[in-house]
Amino acid sequence: MAGAMAARSSRRFMSTASKSWFGHVQPAPKDPILGVTEAFLADSHPDKMNVGVGAYRTDEGKPLVLECVRKAEEKIAGSNFMEYLPMGGDISFNNHSMKLAYGEDAGVLADKRVAAVQALSGTGACRLFADFQKRFMPESQVFIPVPTWSNHHNIWRDANVPQNTFRYYDAATKGLDFKGLMEDVKKAPNGSVFLLHACAHNPTGVDPSPENWKEISAFFKEKGHFALFDMAYQGFASGDTERDAQAIRIFLNDGHQIACAQSFAKNMGLYGQRVGCLSVVCDDPQQAVAVKSQLQLIARPMYSNPPLHGALLVSTILEDPELKSLWYKEVKGMADRIIGMRETLRTNLEKAGSQHSWKHITDQIGMFCFSGLKPEQVDRLTKDFHIYLTRNGRISMAGITTSNVEYLANAIHEVSKN
Amino acid sequence: MASNFMSVQERRIATLSGHFRGAAAVEEELLQRFPTMAMAPSVFEHVQQAPEDPILGVTVAYNKDPSPLKVNLGVGAYRTEEGKPLVLNVVRRAEQQLVADRSRNKEYQPITGISQFNKLSAKLILGANSPAIAENRVATVQALSGTGALRVGAEFISRHYAKPIIFLPNPTWGNHNKIFPLGGVPQKPYRYYDPKTRGLDYEGMLEDLKAAPDGAVILLHACAHNPTGVDPTEEQWEGIRQVIRSKHQLPFFDCAYQGFASGSLDKDAHAVRLFVADGGECFVAQSYAKNMGLYGERVGALSVVCTNAAVASRVDSQLKLVIRPMYSSPPAHGAAIAATILADGRLFQEWTVELKGMADRIISMRQQLYDALQARGTPGDWTHVLKQIGMFTFTGLNKSQVEFMTRQYHIYMTSDGRISMAGLSSKTVPHLADAIHAAVVGAQRKS
Repeated sequence: MAGAMAARSSRRFMSTASKSWFGHVQPAPKDPILGVTEAFLADSHPDKMNVGVGAYRTDEGKPLVLECVRKAEEKIAGSNFMEYLPMGGDISFNNHSMKLAYGEDAGVLADKRVAAVQALSGTGACRLFADFQKRFMPESQVFIPVPTWSNHHNIWRDANVPQNTFRYYDAATKGLDFKGLMEDVKKAPNGSVFLLHACAHNPTGVDPSPENWKEISAFFKEKGHFALFDMAYQGFASGDTERDAQAIRIFLNDGHQIACAQSFAKNMGLYGQRVGCLSVVCDDPQQAVAVKSQLQLIARPMYSNPPLHGALLVSTILEDPELKSLWYKEVKGMADRIIGMRETLRTNLEKAGSQHSWKHITDQIGMFCFSGLKPEQVDRLTKDFHIYLTRNGRISMAGITTSNVEYLANAIHEVSKN
Repeated sequence: MASNFMSVQERRIATLSGHFRGAAAVEEELLQRFPTMAMAPSVFEHVQQAPEDPILGVTVAYNKDPSPLKVNLGVGAYRTEEGKPLVLNVVRRAEQQLVADRSRNKEYQPITGISQFNKLSAKLILGANSPAIAENRVATVQALSGTGALRVGAEFISRHYAKPIIFLPNPTWGNHNKIFPLGGVPQKPYRYYDPKTRGLDYEGMLEDLKAAPDGAVILLHACAHNPTGVDPTEEQWEGIRQVIRSKHQLPFFDCAYQGFASGSLDKDAHAVRLFVADGGECFVAQSYAKNMGLYGERVGALSVVCTNAAVASRVDSQLKLVIRPMYSSPPAHGAAIAATILADGRLFQEWTVELKGMADRIISMRQQLYDALQARGTPGDWTHVLKQIGMFTFTGLNKSQVEFMTRQYHIYMTSDGRISMAGLSSKTVPHLADAIHAAVVGAQRKS
């Protein structure tokens, strides 16, 4: 009845009803990273390889759900209510995350002066910080390394925070441009916010050494700069969670009040669960409470409160000594496989007779290798060899297996031998 | 392990002792004892404590109260007769199925979420025979429950819509007032609730919609209006539709209670389907928090109904650009549960039965509360308790009456007089009725 009424009325509005309010909307460019997987999936070639997005694969080329995660899931499934979490997320999860990032015995934790909120993985943690920076450090800019994960630029742009860059990667050495970095740290206005990759820099795999970090930290103190650490690979880089958090330990030791955006996507394989944590070191407990309350005000009109399941899994694993110990083993296993693939890829390239130096493959660390390939060479890899990677030449080592490493090496040799 | 860090206590003592000596001498000594202490104050020194969220703050206050008589009628989360949260049977079964399936992995979802979930969500709200779906002109993205769907929609509108201003019913869910401005869409109110009748101010609403600019965005609660429980009748919805379409305004439906209001999924979708039937465009934000009890898993969807498939496809691509810098992709777990239920004929059927069970319990609470107030001879007309729909009742109690009820009777509710019927049980209805009675009679005595 109502449908007939509407149909009659709609004839009066037909010409206006058929006009779209959104006819002018342009098709958006594909995300440079996620678009790679889309293209890969569309390809039917038998030898195709996806070394695009940074998701871990086993040596059989399969996604991996960690055993500690499966066990945790069996433990909690069916026994939990699905009530709303507080806006700042699960308290137990936040505490575990902070301990992991800052160290079990960290003074800042004992002092209760770290504000922590559960976030939507690393992206969500960065976005919360960016929105917070816009509100509470309105005069500040963010300094982002060149290169960086492309979404960092999107995040701070959508938060309306002015961006600047600092030198990081040296294309000539395929290593760290330490001199350029320190010069840009110096040039930046005092009190700037710097986005630092805590370990396993994405996309280059190039990390400062502990000595580098100490110098950076000291210089930051002179300039009064604020350090935001994006830590998406703790444990995944070297296989040792403490070692991968060295940069943070060094900054804390030097008395910096830092912030940290943590992700459990890779190191616990919880990608699609969107589990992360944003923490901010403050002067004292009252300030930490205030900062946390303001972060919650940012979360409430974005998604109200964060998703439960992934955070429960992380808490369950980290508070159970057996599961935690199993996790340490498994994350080391993933890191070791990647380190092994780096060695094998380099060896294969050298065996193929490549005249270039591929030392950087084993010098670099973490999920990614910045191959040094140019966009045209990448395009050839895709077109001629059905190998999918981002055009900046970033290779996800996790996508390489013992059965395809030779194919990859030969293909890279082919496109780069002139 | 000796800490290199100065404790809060030690710092206070150091500051105090500094008053008895020169500041420079103190600093020198501090640096020697605690070389790693931060000397500069925090860059967040000026950050003020934020006020409690008016709705979520109610639960915070409730939790602090030690009284055994306390009742939480604040946040809209369903409770059983025993006052316990409820996980639906179908949800448990779907979850077990997913956990037991070792072929499943935890990979990233696409930016727009689980495709099957999106299709089934659109079908749920628009109807299985919806021409909009058949014509491929609905862009649907998985979102973080209703809030997330609204926010993504707001951001999209602020970027791509010619008239990015939204009119919200007065009153509305408090978070609407934050989501839209932060998403880049300033808001204005339109008349909705009539405190005299405790019903819909239909004439006022139509007047305000006519006075609103052509092309403005109009937020409509699809059913079970929050906080008032006052919904337009089918005839009134048609009147509203005509005005909105004649002004070329863009309807944005917030649908958080489909199935929960009347007990029927299709009946509760009537308003949305009415608008879609005329071929025009609209936004629909869906939440599965209440009707599937998936609250904390943050399961929702945003659908944009467009006039043709090509537009819908481009809209979909632009929605991705909003989502990627916010959280990259949505959480998989809850949406996988919802998709499992929606896709399985038997689970779906059982869901409708459990959903009706929840709706019916709430309707019976309305009856019990009304009867209890009648029995006490509480002054005033309380028929609105029966007439209002969905999770909430807008009692008509004022702020000071609410404060009185909290103080004297440990009743926790929002200060606008809204009570969540889902938080009531046969055991607690008498206590609430006593509290309302005392508040109303007390107010009468005062005046």
